[in-house]
Amino acid sequence: MAYVNDTASQFPVQVHETPDGGIVLSKLDDVINWARSNSLWPLTFATSCCGIEMMAVASAKYDFSRFGFEVARASPRQADVIIIAGTIVNKMAPVLKRLYDQMPDPKYVIAMGACAISGGPFFYNTYSVVKGADHIIPVDVYVAGCPPRPEALLHALISLQQKIKSGLTREQIKTGKD
Amino acid sequence: MQNDELQANVSQLLTTATFEEGGDWLTVNVGADELLPLASQLRDDQALTFNYLFCLTCIDWKTHLTMVYHLTSTQYRHSLVLKVKLDRDRPAVESLAFVWRTAEFHEREVYELFGVDFIHHPDLRLLILPDGWEGKNPLRKDFEDPINMIRL
Repeated sequence: MAYVNDTASQFPVQVHETPDGGIVLSKLDDVINWARSNSLWPLTFATSCCGIEMMAVASAKYDFSRFGFEVARASPRQADVIIIAGTIVNKMAPVLKRLYDQMPDPKYVIAMGACAISGGPFFYNTYSVVKGADHIIPVDVYVAGCPPRPEALLHALISLQQKIKSGLTREQIKTGKD
Repeated sequence: MQNDELQANVSQLLTTATFEEGGDWLTVNVGADELLPLASQLRDDQALTFNYLFCLTCIDWKTHLTMVYHLTSTQYRHSLVLKVKLDRDRPAVESLAFVWRTAEFHEREVYELFGVDFIHHPDLRLLILPDGWEGKNPLRKDFEDPINMIRL
């Protein structure tokens, strides 16, 4: 009993006390979202220096396996989240779109670093860089930085988990409705 | 071989060459028509043996273009920079692909990005840019692309 109560903030349950113990009440949607958010397999996708920082987050010092991100997949068909770690150039754009389309639903996108958010240092005077990955695929979480610190990416991963746990769509979050 | 010895050797091969010092490497300015014979000599000369072209690039100075060739010798460990000034409107220079084979790809890259015509190049076509970019030369300073480019 005590165990369930301690983790009540994480695990979406209500404990209905009875004289001989208690009954756990929950909604299946909430349990599914909770389970989903704690096992997000990222796609091995890094187009430039942010990828090095992403590898640092996977390494022992920062270790995103603490939050359930450790199973990096080389195939989009087995991945839940794509971390766009780097510059997307015009030639890469159709590849990114195709990878996203090949991922099974539900799928999530993190735009890591200035390039993935807006084109970053390549915003001006370039013929080849896409000015933000959200021109190609929808993005759930943006992480600022060039490149972001590992802590920032961890924060983004945890933010994505909270977003999934809330069970809201992008549109619902944008308009502030439940 | 030190830079002053290199300079003495190169000025024997080509009397019209001018030199720039101050950097780590000796820089040799040559005319476009003198480049190919000098390059062959630099490679084949026993004392020099510049057998490796490790960088080939181009600079757009708005008034003219400069081809830059970085050479080194894997045997003697000395390096040299060749520079050739080109006319910006009709840039053309002899290809070095038959002196150093690696120049073939590098010259294709300079061809697509700067529009330099490499005479006698074995296969002069776009390297990385997709079809439709012929003649556009995106690394020229005055290149404009109103769809994809945001000007500062």
